[in-house]
Amino acid sequence: MTPAPRPAGLRLGWLIGGLVAVAVALVAGVAFGPVTLPPGSVAAELLNLIPGVRLDSGLSDREIAIITELRLPRVVLGLLVGAMLAMAGAAYQGVFRNPLADPHLLGVAAGAGLGVTAVIASRTTDGGDATADLPIGVPPAAFLGALIAVALTWTLGAAGGRERTPATLILAGVAVSAFLAAAQTYLMQQHVETLRQVYSWLLGRLATAGWHDVLLILPYAVITGLIVLSRRRELDVLTVGDEEAASLGLHPQRSRYLLLVAASLGTAAAVSVSGLIGFVGIIVPHTLRLLSGASYRSLLPLSILFGAAFLALTDVVARTVAGEAEVPIGVVTAFFGAPFFILVLRASRTVAP
Amino acid sequence: MIGVRGVSVRLGGALVVDGVDLVVDEGEWVTVIGPNGAGKSTLLRAIGGLVAYTGEIDLGGRPVGTLSRRERARTVATVAQTPVVPPGMRVIDYVLLGRTPYIAPLGRESASDLAAVDEVLAALDLVTFADRRLETLSGGERQRAFLARALAQGARILLLDEPTAALDIGHQQEVLDLVDRLRGERSLTVLSTMHDLSIAGEYADRMLMLARGRVVVAGTPREVLTEAVLSEHYRARVRVLEGEHGPIVLPVRKKV
Repeated sequence: MTPAPRPAGLRLGWLIGGLVAVAVALVAGVAFGPVTLPPGSVAAELLNLIPGVRLDSGLSDREIAIITELRLPRVVLGLLVGAMLAMAGAAYQGVFRNPLADPHLLGVAAGAGLGVTAVIASRTTDGGDATADLPIGVPPAAFLGALIAVALTWTLGAAGGRERTPATLILAGVAVSAFLAAAQTYLMQQHVETLRQVYSWLLGRLATAGWHDVLLILPYAVITGLIVLSRRRELDVLTVGDEEAASLGLHPQRSRYLLLVAASLGTAAAVSVSGLIGFVGIIVPHTLRLLSGASYRSLLPLSILFGAAFLALTDVVARTVAGEAEVPIGVVTAFFGAPFFILVLRASRTVAP
Repeated sequence: MIGVRGVSVRLGGALVVDGVDLVVDEGEWVTVIGPNGAGKSTLLRAIGGLVAYTGEIDLGGRPVGTLSRRERARTVATVAQTPVVPPGMRVIDYVLLGRTPYIAPLGRESASDLAAVDEVLAALDLVTFADRRLETLSGGERQRAFLARALAQGARILLLDEPTAALDIGHQQEVLDLVDRLRGERSLTVLSTMHDLSIAGEYADRMLMLARGRVVVAGTPREVLTEAVLSEHYRARVRVLEGEHGPIVLPVRKKV
């Protein structure tokens, strides 16, 4: 007799797998670069950051400084951004019951981008130093832009009425993205002196990141993660639609709004520091759905872990694939993400959630 | 027990349910019939608290307005006409959704929730399907899974909107026999809507016919299913024969 099946949830094996992936990405991200450091020594040096641990890594002080001041903040930022984008993608897919939903395709990232541009452009006095730290007002402005964008996309996407398909929402997202991108371009034209800083940000960067950027978005990432993770069961209930969810005692609209705001906050935080890195919210959750099941109870925590690992490893590819020159990370994710999106699009024509 | 007094529902300005009175006693099975667009489903949705209405609705002796969403979900369970089949969801997870009103908003299911799911799966002969994905089940098996989720809610009132619409005649009987058995075992009060009049009459204690949102006839199947009533409200040509348990409705072709 086979053992009785257990209800869906986060399995220990998957949780460990996710943590291992993050650890591997962390070590690889720190070890590889213009100067490659031995991964074993890097791992020892990372463990030394834990209070009370003292291991001999055999690295020079200069190499230790490279690790803690240059590479580690960049990798940690990549982990945070990847976690937020993948989690936001999974949450949007659940909230909209739409497999194609993604922070970028919904126009949310463009909205956040407009918010960031507005803040950077308004600082005209410092001559547009491309390496200047991002102002503290960037994440709130990005959040405001993200909320406006998602509200627009939702309203436009609902205009199709009963004829709505997964693609309708995405078409609305494309229209909203185009509109917001135009507004952003206009804004940049009006403030040419900050053009360089906006551009370096726009293409998707983890390059200039120091600990400042990590600390700038950490509070937002923590809040968003807690909200979304605590509501992951509700996303499973929402899969049966609003009316049935209501008959099960849920307040579907309230759940939806809360999750939408949280996912948009996560997107805004990610976009604030990293610019426009697309497709993470499509690639990671859909791969996990195939491998570990469709339940949001496992999908959301795993999206956070594997999204983090995915982006940190993608960053390793971005800065090593072309030798000295660094490829913008958004280019790498789009290169893999666009074909993947076509696959999801094909599958979603037969099975809509 | 369901008590409905003077309930009306407007959808998009149109009066869809118009001053309906209805009492379903505890343990009773009442079936609502009526032509397409008569307001049957909307009446059920109003009783389930899923659509705004005017008038009074009591569930189990309490006005439905005084129940919280979660209390309401523990009092009344609804099986929609065509329930959503979430892609990739397994039967056990689907049935567990029925425990939502018992699970704290930020909590997880308890051992008693899992026990309730196991019990319902066994009662509906779904144990071997627990690990299967819902979309891979046949129509009859799926209907059992829909019922299982509703039963897992532990509600004593069951609202079934066209529970047999997608089933062949054998599976129709199987599902309705099952509902009847569960009604006895769990002292459920059942209110259903149905299109097939003969089979509706076989199972219902009483029937209610709606036309254009109003109750036009109510009573036992024998009182409701008459040639005069059916030809007037359905504009159908039928013969009504005396069957073993109730009247049998036969559609007949127009004489040329």
